[in-house]
Amino acid sequence: MTYGNQFTAETQLNLSPFFERTSQLNESQEWRRWSGYLAATNYELTHENEYFAIRTKAALLDITPLYKYIIEGPDAQRFLDRLVTRNIQICKVGQVMYTPWCDEMGKVIDDGTVQRLSENKFRITSAEPNLEWIETNSAGMDLSISDDSKTTASLALQGPNSRDVLNAVASDSLDNLKFFWMMDTHFGDISVSISRTGYTGDLGYEIWMNPDDAIAVWDLLLEKGKPYGITPTGLHALDMARIEAGLILLDVDYISSRHAIVESRKSSPFELGLGWAVKMKKKDFIGKKALEAEKLKGVEWEFVGIEIEWDPFEKLHRDVGLAPGLPCTAWRTSTPLYRGNKQVGYATSGTWSPILKKYIALAHVKAEYVKENTQLDFELKVEHFRKLTPAQIVPTPFFDPERKRACPQ
Amino acid sequence: MSTVKKYDAIVIGGGHNGLTAAAYLGRAGKKVLVLERRYVLGGAAVTEEIFPGFKFTVCSYVVSLMKPNVMRELMLPKFGLELLPLESTLTPLNNDYLLRTADADQTYREIARHSRKDAETYMRFGPAMGQIGMAVRPILETIAPNAIRPSLSDLGALKKLMNHFQSLSSEQFEYLTKLMTMSSADFLDEWFEFEPLKATMSASGIIGTFMGPKSPGSAYVMLHHYMGDIDGAFRAWGFQRGGTGAVSMAIARSAEHFGADIMTEAPVEKVIVKNGRAVGVALENGDEYSSDMVISGLDPKQTFLNMVDESDLPSDFVTDIKNFRIRGSSGKVNLALDALPNFTCLPGDGHHLRGAISISPSYDHLERAYDDAKYGNFSKKPFMDIILPSVLDPEMAPPGKHVMSCFVQYAPYDINGGWNDTKREAFGDTVVNTIARYAPNIKDIILHRQVLTPADMEKTFGLTEGNIFHGELSLQQLFTMRPAVKWADYTTPIKNYYQCGSGTHPGGGITGSPGEMAAKKILGELK
Repeated sequence: MTYGNQFTAETQLNLSPFFERTSQLNESQEWRRWSGYLAATNYELTHENEYFAIRTKAALLDITPLYKYIIEGPDAQRFLDRLVTRNIQICKVGQVMYTPWCDEMGKVIDDGTVQRLSENKFRITSAEPNLEWIETNSAGMDLSISDDSKTTASLALQGPNSRDVLNAVASDSLDNLKFFWMMDTHFGDISVSISRTGYTGDLGYEIWMNPDDAIAVWDLLLEKGKPYGITPTGLHALDMARIEAGLILLDVDYISSRHAIVESRKSSPFELGLGWAVKMKKKDFIGKKALEAEKLKGVEWEFVGIEIEWDPFEKLHRDVGLAPGLPCTAWRTSTPLYRGNKQVGYATSGTWSPILKKYIALAHVKAEYVKENTQLDFELKVEHFRKLTPAQIVPTPFFDPERKRACPQ
Repeated sequence: MSTVKKYDAIVIGGGHNGLTAAAYLGRAGKKVLVLERRYVLGGAAVTEEIFPGFKFTVCSYVVSLMKPNVMRELMLPKFGLELLPLESTLTPLNNDYLLRTADADQTYREIARHSRKDAETYMRFGPAMGQIGMAVRPILETIAPNAIRPSLSDLGALKKLMNHFQSLSSEQFEYLTKLMTMSSADFLDEWFEFEPLKATMSASGIIGTFMGPKSPGSAYVMLHHYMGDIDGAFRAWGFQRGGTGAVSMAIARSAEHFGADIMTEAPVEKVIVKNGRAVGVALENGDEYSSDMVISGLDPKQTFLNMVDESDLPSDFVTDIKNFRIRGSSGKVNLALDALPNFTCLPGDGHHLRGAISISPSYDHLERAYDDAKYGNFSKKPFMDIILPSVLDPEMAPPGKHVMSCFVQYAPYDINGGWNDTKREAFGDTVVNTIARYAPNIKDIILHRQVLTPADMEKTFGLTEGNIFHGELSLQQLFTMRPAVKWADYTTPIKNYYQCGSGTHPGGGITGSPGEMAAKKILGELK
C-alpha cells in the first residue's frame, strides 16, 4: 500500500548503486550498516514475507557491500593457494571455492569465496577489508591486486524460483550451471557474471556486474521475476536463512584474529567447523604449521548446531501463563550453554526456523562435550528470570534442500 | 474376492485426520492400512489441478489450527509442511476499505481511520483472545471423558480440568462464558463500534455453520477459529505452499515413513463386524482386509449409518447420530485468472492481495445472506472469504496467471427444488457478480471457473450434506457430546471400531487433533 510518503535524507554512509531503487522500495525505511553501506533491514514492515521468499520463491538482495579484490597475473594461483586454506591448484576456470584464511598462528582472519575468472585472474570476496593483508603476503610475486569493491556491483538471487527468473532474463540457460560454478552471460546487451553461490543454503545465485548497469539489471530482474514471486529482501530474512544453512558470520559467530583483543577470542578453522576447508596436504599456506600443531594436540573448541527442545521450552513459558516466546528474528547475543553446573560453551546466533518449526542456534562448545545428540542446557530469560532449558547438539546445515545442489540437466 | 494380509489397524478415509491417526499408530509400531476412496489423498484438504497449470485448493484453503505438537511429532516440516504467512484481512467497502495487517501500528492507523476507539480496543482484544485460547487449550487437548459413566482415567481428566478452571482469572472466566453462549455479534458489540470491523470479525463465527452472526452460539465458532497458533503467535493464519493438499501429503509421507500402507481408489463398502467386533473391511470391489481394529475418519453419519449396519448399534445411539446436526451451509468457487483482480477501493497489486479478502461490509449483509439460506435459497449477496493462493505461492498457477479461492456462504444443502447444474451455475454467477461489485475487472479475467455446492462437496468428498466440519460446532455437539454422549472418546458401541474425523472432539479445521487424540486413545487402550 502506498501512502505517497516519500523523503530524501542526508547520510554519511556509502550508497550502493542499487540505492536509487532499494530506497524507494524500502517501505519500512529500516536500514542496517553493512561495511559502511546503508543496507535494507527489511523492505516491508515485517520481514516474514522476505524470509519465505528465500525458501519458497526468489529473494533479491543487494550484496554490493561485500569486499572484493581482483588478483591477476602469472602468480595469482600460487599466491591464493598460499593465502587461503582450500586447494586453489584444483580450482578450474569458472569454479568458485568457499574458504577461510588464517594468520601465521592458524587463526581465522576472514572467510569468503574465491572465483577463478580466467587462467590467471581471480576474484576473492571478504567480509572485512583485506587489501593490506593480501598485498603484504604477495610481496615478490608476479601479480597485480586491485580493489574491486566499488568497481563491481552484486546482487544475490536466492530461492527455489531463482533459476526460473534467471532463465527468463539471461541470454543463456542456467540449467547446466553447477553448485559453486559461475558463467558469463548477458541480460539483453548487459554483460553479467553469475555464480551459483549464496548465503542462504538454498538454490541461489549471485550476479556480478558493472555498477553502471546496476539499475538496468535490477529493473529487468524485478520485471521478469514478477511471475516467479521475486521479492526484494533485507538482512533480517538473510540472517535467519544463513543460520538455518549453518553458515558463520564474522563478528557474530567469530572474531577476526586481526582485531581479537585477547587470544581466547581467536578461532582456528577447526574451531569454526571449517576443518573440511583446510587442505593439510597442500605444500604450504599461511598458518599451516600452527594448524598442524593444533591438530596434533587436539582441537579445544568445536562449532556446532544446537536445537532447543520444544516441550521443556514451552513449559517454562506456560508456567508463567505465556505462550512460548519465540525469537521472530535472529539474535546475536552470546548465550551460555551448560552441562550440569559447568558452562561448556556459548551460542552466538540463533533463530526460530519457520520452515523447520524448530528453535535453532549456532554455538561454540568445548570439544570434549561435543558428541552428536549430547544434551546441553541453554540459558534463556522467561519473564526476566534466568532459566535453563535442554538443547541438543545436531548436525548442520539445519536446512539442506536437495535443490541447493541439484542440476536439472 | 480375496483376503489379503492382516493389519493391526485399518483407517477408512485418507483425509488429514485419518492420515494423522495412521501416522501416530505407525509411529507406535503398528502396521496400518489407509484406504482412500478417491484417486487423491487429503479428503477436504486437497489440491487438484482442475484446469491445466492451475492448482486449486478445491475445498479447504488456509491453515491455522494445525497443532504444533503434531507437526513436531510427525516431523511434518521434513515431509513438506511449509506454511506461508497470510498477512492481512481486507474488507472492501463502497468507496472505502478496512485493512488489518501483520503490523500493529499500521493496523492501528487503518482502524483509527474509521474509529479511534476501536483501534485502541483492538490492541487489547488480541491479547484477551490469546488468554482465552490458553484457557480453552486444556479442553481441546483432553480426550473427552465419559461424564456419564466415568472410568478412573476419566475422573482423573475431569479433575485436571476442574483444577484448570479454578485457576482461571475472573476475566478469563467471564469471556469464556460469554463466548460459549453469546452470538458473535453480541459479543463483538461489547468491544467494538465500527460495523465493517465487527462484521468481518464475526464472520469467523459463521464459517461452516448454519447460523448468522446474530445466532446465539456463533461466538463459540469464532473462538474455535481463534485457537490456532503458528509459531507461538495466536490467531495467525497460514497458506500451505502447494495448497492444503500439500499438508495432507506431508502427513501421508510421514505415515509412510512410519510404515503405513496407503491405497487410493480403494472405496470401502462396509466394516466387517463379527460378534459385535470390527474385524476388517470389505471394499466395493469385493476385496477384504482383516485387521485388529478399524478406524473411521469419515463423518459420524458415514461412520455409523453407512459403514456399519444399524442393527450392530444400540438404537438410542442411532437416534443420537441421526439427530447430529450436519447441515451444509457453504459453497466454494475457485477461479483461474488471467490477471489479478483490481479492487476499486484499493487499486493495484499491493500487499493487500497477499491476505484474506472478506466480503462482510456489515452485520446486515451477513444476516440477510443467512436469511436467504434459512428459506432454502443461496444468498443473493453472499459472505465470502477470498484468498489468492498464486500471489502467496506463484507455483499455484502458470507464470503471470492466478488462482482465486472463494469460500462462499450461504449455500444451503437443502435448497428449494434441490441442487442441479442450472442452480450451480446461477450460484457461481452470483459469486462472480458479488466480487465484481468490488473488483469490476473480475469478469474479464476469468479463464476457468469451478463451482462447488454443498451437494458437490457431499458427492466428491463424502462430506454429508456438504458440512465442512463433519457436523456443526454448536454447543450440544462439542466435547463430551461430539458426536454423541458416552461416545466422545473416539470409541464406538462396536468393539475395535473407532472414529477419528472432524466429527469427533475437538472438531473441524486442519488441526490433526482428532486423528492424533484418537490414536493416543487407541494406544492407551492397548497398553
